[in-house]
Amino acid sequence: MSVEAREARQPWILLSPALTAVALLLFVPLLFIVVYSFWLRTATGADEVGFFLDNWQEALTDAFYRDILLNTLKIAAITTLVCALMGYPAAYFIARSKGNKAILLLLLMLPFWISYIIRTMSWINILGVSGALNTALLSVGVIDEPIQMLYNETTVILGLVHFLLPFMVLNVFVSLDGIDTNLEDAANSLGATRWQAFTNVTLPLSLPGLAAGGLLCFVLGAGTYITPLVLGGPTDAMFANLVFEAIITQLNWPLGSALSLMLLVVLGALVLIYNRYLGMAQLMKGLG
Amino acid sequence: MTKKMDNTTRYERLRERYMNGDLDRRSFLGLIGAAGLAYGVQTPFAKYANAQTVAQVRFDGWGGVVSEALRENAFDPFTKETGIDVVDGTFGGGDEYLSRVKASQEGEYNIAHLSGVFDYARYHNLGLSTVLNEDNIPNLQYVIPKLVDVFRNVTDGKLSCVPYDYGTTGLAYNRKHISDEEMQEKGARILIDEAHKGKIAGWSDWRTRMWYAALQTGQNPNNIEDVDAAWEAVRAHRDLSLKYWGSGAELMSLLAEEEIHVTEGWSGRIYALQEQGHDIGYMDPPNGFGWQECMFVIKGSPMEACEELLNFMLAPETSIAVAEGQNYPPALDPNKVDLGDKIPTLPAFDPTGKLDGLTFADPAYWNGNEQEWSKTFGRVQKGY
Repeated sequence: MSVEAREARQPWILLSPALTAVALLLFVPLLFIVVYSFWLRTATGADEVGFFLDNWQEALTDAFYRDILLNTLKIAAITTLVCALMGYPAAYFIARSKGNKAILLLLLMLPFWISYIIRTMSWINILGVSGALNTALLSVGVIDEPIQMLYNETTVILGLVHFLLPFMVLNVFVSLDGIDTNLEDAANSLGATRWQAFTNVTLPLSLPGLAAGGLLCFVLGAGTYITPLVLGGPTDAMFANLVFEAIITQLNWPLGSALSLMLLVVLGALVLIYNRYLGMAQLMKGLG
Repeated sequence: MTKKMDNTTRYERLRERYMNGDLDRRSFLGLIGAAGLAYGVQTPFAKYANAQTVAQVRFDGWGGVVSEALRENAFDPFTKETGIDVVDGTFGGGDEYLSRVKASQEGEYNIAHLSGVFDYARYHNLGLSTVLNEDNIPNLQYVIPKLVDVFRNVTDGKLSCVPYDYGTTGLAYNRKHISDEEMQEKGARILIDEAHKGKIAGWSDWRTRMWYAALQTGQNPNNIEDVDAAWEAVRAHRDLSLKYWGSGAELMSLLAEEEIHVTEGWSGRIYALQEQGHDIGYMDPPNGFGWQECMFVIKGSPMEACEELLNFMLAPETSIAVAEGQNYPPALDPNKVDLGDKIPTLPAFDPTGKLDGLTFADPAYWNGNEQEWSKTFGRVQKGY
């Protein structure tokens, strides 16, 4: 074998364990889900093997699934917007701070050390009728009776922002940290105010990071299941909850498979659009 | 005694050791890989291994005080006596557990603490039942005959389980806000009473919702004739509710924290709240939801070891101790066994042993409607 041929094979040999893992742990299970989506659930809960389009027809034509999907996308979009508005100043502050950057980044990572479910449930102790906030307001006489703050769409968004904000901050931080601060100084020396330098120089250059953070927040938010379950009211379910119900409560794995693929396609399309215009490199930087 | 744990706990501990730096990355990945390989190689052959000497039986139950009572009073003494380990796992509901069993290899799950005859029938219809050798379970003689017969009717006179306890899903209310008189007057309709809007909750279980909707619309829960009216009642309850709860722990938390004033609730859990000093009332309305739980042996399990464990669990001293721990009356017949002082005070307890005062779900009726109603409830629950 020639040296060139050996060199050409080398990356594939090195990549083969990772590719095997991805194939076995991602694509093969995904294939199973695709196959399952064409089966049927019988009255006893057993599956009927075959090629039936019933689940797809139901998932695609039933207004119930469309409405919940749109509501899910709406909640994910609001969450992403709030994360961007809250995350950008925080990321800017960290990126421009001198000396204590590492400590600030460590503080940002701290919530990841606690289970996501525990973090979500902590809001019950904060916002509950006998939670910290109501207790404080009652004790200072601002209110006479506890306010009902939990179990609505706002608390779902609050829980999601709590979960996703670090992802946004990290992505924006990576982007801001890579911008040469001399550019702002140059803009200032050419007569731009600090605000103009920010809006005309820093902000445009940091947009890829903002977009990467936005994509991550949106995709993770739209696929969430725990937050609406813990912090939502009776009508605050999101699309992932429908998948859970189809598979677990109704034992309808075929319909659950079709629904999960539907969500995958919608979110996958968003990732593709992002990749088309911004490329995945920025996302990798943020994740790294 | 060393506490037995399932694989999830084992992996979590391994991960914790790694995260703490007690284990280098190479060893951690090696152990995970070895465990995965062992599991992949072993699992398909587990059913053959069951024919060999049995060292372990897996039990799955409802967690919380129920699991603690079983561990302390049944499993640990059983292991001490027989040398067979009982590994216990938990689930949040029968539907969730059924999905896990469906996805498992035969023999992976052995004994489940199932609720309701309808669950027993579902497992049987999915081909997951076994036939118990009742000669190996002599303590079955102490069980209330009515509880045994309903299971026999499902499985052609044979048994795939032993009845273990019973209880009710009645109305639980905070006495600070709702008086006993108001409860007596309104009964099940209090769950759709505008006066308590935002302070009502309910279990996110379609059967319970439809059962209570039947009571609220004056119908027989085992023969709902005006189904539309029942769904309207479910919707009315949804619109007045703060939240659907999904587990016993959540039910207790909502009541204890006073997030809600009234909900339906599981008798044993409400008794536990009362024992903790909360002023929570409990009332079974006429035709309230009665249920019986059983220890179901799943197809592919080591039968003799399971039968030995079931017999041990049914022994009066074990069964009474577990019942006192979990606050649900045991399936033991009070005419045959002295049940002590505490059990007669538990909610739903029937001193006659005939259980005539409780209404149980008709498995044929409820399972016949399961596919349609569970799906419809999924929609109604979300505002449709």
